Amino acid sequence: MFECAATAILIVMVLTILRALAGPTLYDRILAVNTFGTATVLFIAVLGFLTGHPDFMDIALVYALINFIGTIALMKFTKYKDLGVAHEEEAA
Amino acid sequence: MNWEIIRELSSWACLIAGSFFCIAGAVGMLRLPDFFTRIHAASVVDSLGAGLILFGLALQAGWSTTLLKIVLTFAFMLLTGPTAVHAIAKSAIYDGYKPKLATKDDAEEQL
Repeated sequence: MFECAATAILIVMVLTILRALAGPTLYDRILAVNTFGTATVLFIAVLGFLTGHPDFMDIALVYALINFIGTIALMKFTKYKDLGVAHEEEAA
Repeated sequence: MNWEIIRELSSWACLIAGSFFCIAGAVGMLRLPDFFTRIHAASVVDSLGAGLILFGLALQAGWSTTLLKIVLTFAFMLLTGPTAVHAIAKSAIYDGYKPKLATKDDAEEQL
């Protein structure tokens, strides 16, 4: 049963990588990589149960954190073309 | 029929349903026509697919620290998934992409 879930998640990873390679716009690629990260978190979790080491959930949790921070950093970079700028206060 | 069997069966059902929704979302991501519709497919993987698979794993874990970690992972993904996708969509709008809406001309082309 864990094998079934792991296979399904591997299929999801292949499909999202295809979209990331083919995606016509930059945002398609970023969305696909974000979904790929979600699938990776699930795959690490299932792999932990599959091999009998449920402690892998620690790695999955950390991967979820890094995935979110990476996506937000990419968004900031595409908007400001610089990771160092402070957030601008919008003048009313 | 004791509780162990019920737990195993519901765990299997959750894992298989989660796998189905993950694959459905990924196929949608590959097949849907433009970026803003693909967001919809990606959110299926983020919420329903991940939720069902993690719930199935939580049923397997029993009362342990692993269960706590699974719940934490799920809560974090529930918070960050929509936030990240919202940020991507907002950046795309800011960059000038528009949703491809079906206009009257498109409907006539279909016929």
